[in-house]
Amino acid sequence: MAELNVTIHKHDAVIVGAGGAGLRAALEASRSVNTAVISQVFPTRSHTVAAQGGVAASLSNVEPDDWVWHMFDTIKGSDYLGDQDAIEFMCRMAPEVVIELEHMGMPFSRLNDGKIFQRRFGGHTKDFGKDAICRTCAAADRTGHAMLHTLYEQCVKSGVVFYNEFFALQLLTNEGHVVGVLTWDMCNGGFHIFHAKATLFATGGYVRVYRTNSNAHINTGDGLSLALRAGLPAEDLEFVQFHPTGIYGVGNLITEGVRGEGGYLLNKDGERFMKRYAPTVWDLASRDVVSRAMAEEMRQGRGCGPKGDFILLKLDHVGADLIHERLPGIWELARVFAYVDCTKEPIPVVPTAHYSMGGIPTNRFAEVVLGGMDGKEEVVRGFYAAGEAACASVHGANRLGSNSLLDIMVFGKVGGAKMAEFAESLPEHVPLPENPGKEGIQEVRKLLDTTDGERMAAIWDELKDTMELNCGVFRTEETLTTQRTVLDRLCERFKTVRVFDKSLAYNLDLIETLELGHMLDFSKAIVEGALARTESRGAHYRDDFPKRDDENWHKHTLAVMEEDGSIRLDYKPVRMKPLTVPTFEPKERVY
Amino acid sequence: MSKTVTFTVFRYDPERDRKPHYKDYKVELRRAGMMVLDGLNQIRWEQDGTLSYRRSCREGVCGSDGFNINGVNMLACITHIEDLKEPIVVQPLPSMPVIKDLVVDFTDFYNKYYLIKPYLITKTPPPSDRERLQSPEDRRKLDGLYECILCGCCSSSCPSYWADPNYLGPAALLKAWRFIADSRDEGTDERLEIINDRDGAWRCHTILNCVEACPKLLNPTEAIAHLKKTIISKKF
Repeated sequence: MAELNVTIHKHDAVIVGAGGAGLRAALEASRSVNTAVISQVFPTRSHTVAAQGGVAASLSNVEPDDWVWHMFDTIKGSDYLGDQDAIEFMCRMAPEVVIELEHMGMPFSRLNDGKIFQRRFGGHTKDFGKDAICRTCAAADRTGHAMLHTLYEQCVKSGVVFYNEFFALQLLTNEGHVVGVLTWDMCNGGFHIFHAKATLFATGGYVRVYRTNSNAHINTGDGLSLALRAGLPAEDLEFVQFHPTGIYGVGNLITEGVRGEGGYLLNKDGERFMKRYAPTVWDLASRDVVSRAMAEEMRQGRGCGPKGDFILLKLDHVGADLIHERLPGIWELARVFAYVDCTKEPIPVVPTAHYSMGGIPTNRFAEVVLGGMDGKEEVVRGFYAAGEAACASVHGANRLGSNSLLDIMVFGKVGGAKMAEFAESLPEHVPLPENPGKEGIQEVRKLLDTTDGERMAAIWDELKDTMELNCGVFRTEETLTTQRTVLDRLCERFKTVRVFDKSLAYNLDLIETLELGHMLDFSKAIVEGALARTESRGAHYRDDFPKRDDENWHKHTLAVMEEDGSIRLDYKPVRMKPLTVPTFEPKERVY
Repeated sequence: MSKTVTFTVFRYDPERDRKPHYKDYKVELRRAGMMVLDGLNQIRWEQDGTLSYRRSCREGVCGSDGFNINGVNMLACITHIEDLKEPIVVQPLPSMPVIKDLVVDFTDFYNKYYLIKPYLITKTPPPSDRERLQSPEDRRKLDGLYECILCGCCSSSCPSYWADPNYLGPAALLKAWRFIADSRDEGTDERLEIINDRDGAWRCHTILNCVEACPKLLNPTEAIAHLKKTIISKKF
């Protein structure tokens, strides 16, 4: 590979990732400091665009609501692993951030009185679990699209600087500060360092490591492994949410909004089985409960189809008019991906890897924190994380539907404000370290120079299949130990991986190989965390330990990567004290 | 034996090739409903790692993988292989400079989008503690407009866009109408000033290629007609 210069750019605030969290942060930071956004794709192609159902906020537009009810649902949904101060903060801020979006021009669907339309969603209830409630604010079933475009429009208006199609290679640290990030220019080739006073990672989730998943190709958890490689911890990675209704065979998502509008699940006997698993709210129980109920039905031989390996989602009874008005996107998806006209027939669905509850640990201000069981948290200077890449932890062991779009708005906004404040407090940039980005540059050089060895695809295939099989909806000591061995072997193979494409311009082979390296790194942390956690909680279900064990496991997992690439686990307490209301003590979860 | 189909793919590597060329690949149909994007992925993962293209959501909502497939612009991720005639010819979007293989330079397309002020413009401050109200009827006027994913399929299929490098094109104009049609927007006059130009709405010759190309089934031509009508009605 030819020698390439390293170009250095200097900004006050640098945000990596242009999804909802990244753009909301950029918008906020750009009001006071020079702000740049680095994105692997053009911003409106970020995965937020695929969010369908809506954003939760206790606006009370349809029926009386209260942020404390929303807070209770979120804590209960998290299987009591969520941090209660952060959850209170998020639920209280929800109406404000949603109204701001409307003021920015987001095209929400409307009620007859002109207010923002709200629908039911899984796990959202009134009066502490009494009945389902209309809390989820929606733009038909294209809420994420409407939100992402609106935010991008506002960023254009406010003059945020965008570096599109740059791929992050290394987090840069010096003197205990995060000082920016090394990147690769995807279109032209070449290394670029973004030197910043404050850096925020909004790099998205990591469920592309599963074969059947609802995520975009780009959701490979890169920010997470860059943090691990920089010696920072990752929190609660073993909690991977399976959404109940991915389209059978392909995984594209059918929003929970379908059940919110009256759709329901059927087994092969045509039975609404959810009544047995969640007698109060049936199909609107939280996602972990519904996913496991579906998997259980299939395990007991009540799945549909010749192999008994899917469940039917019926919604034709709500009427073609409502479907075309409120759920036009899923009508399209069902037609294209399942060959089904959902105004007439049910859609075949399966639980599908969907959302990463774990991520880079932060406090409720999106500041990245260090600190274990002694309870003291220390802020990493100059480093912030928000959205699915972060673990605030507002979702705990399981996220409620429509809380992810809320999460990215609240912590994006707060993170942007915090990084601007911090940048303004620093008179000058903390200097770059000596030889900045040496490891990242080395990594790319090596990949482009290697001329023999195997390509990434076979390794990646095996990673996806085995993660799904051994670390999926159901897990045991045996499957997880097997997966640990598989990962060791795959990491060994990856050491001599070969990139076939040697060109500098738009080298997708290089990018996917780098991504595979990231996935292998954090998969080890997912598996180690899951193996150690000998209990079932939220999305983490151990067949050999089916009960929740609060005495031993009511704590967050922290994974740290050692020099040799192995994972060391540490733990920290769940923050049980909310800001202004009494603690919600752990209880059995019944829906 | 499983069925295979032939993909004829446009190839160009600026560092190696003086001219673009086409290369044939066999794609194996391993399950029903495989999309063109699945075929391209199969080629790249299993046969030829040098092939480049953009892709992200793989379900028709992000707009990354707009290509010219068998002569028509469409999204590879929602186009069934089995619906196409063989060989399946995949080329970059027409009229856009090629960066590599199927990856094209969107700079000019985006610059035209920025030009029409693609954001809500308001002069009246919103209520301090609640949303602005908008009737369901007024909101319905945005249906068929706000769904645009900026994939470029429409503009790059438009002969007027090919012929006139300054023409704003259907995507930017549809976006302009999306805001003008919004009951909350107060930027109509400043936007129309930009659009009321020989390179703006008036360059549209109602060829209707954009309507055919739009993977989201939107109608840019109709939006442009509304723009023309609004410009005229403001004059009298």
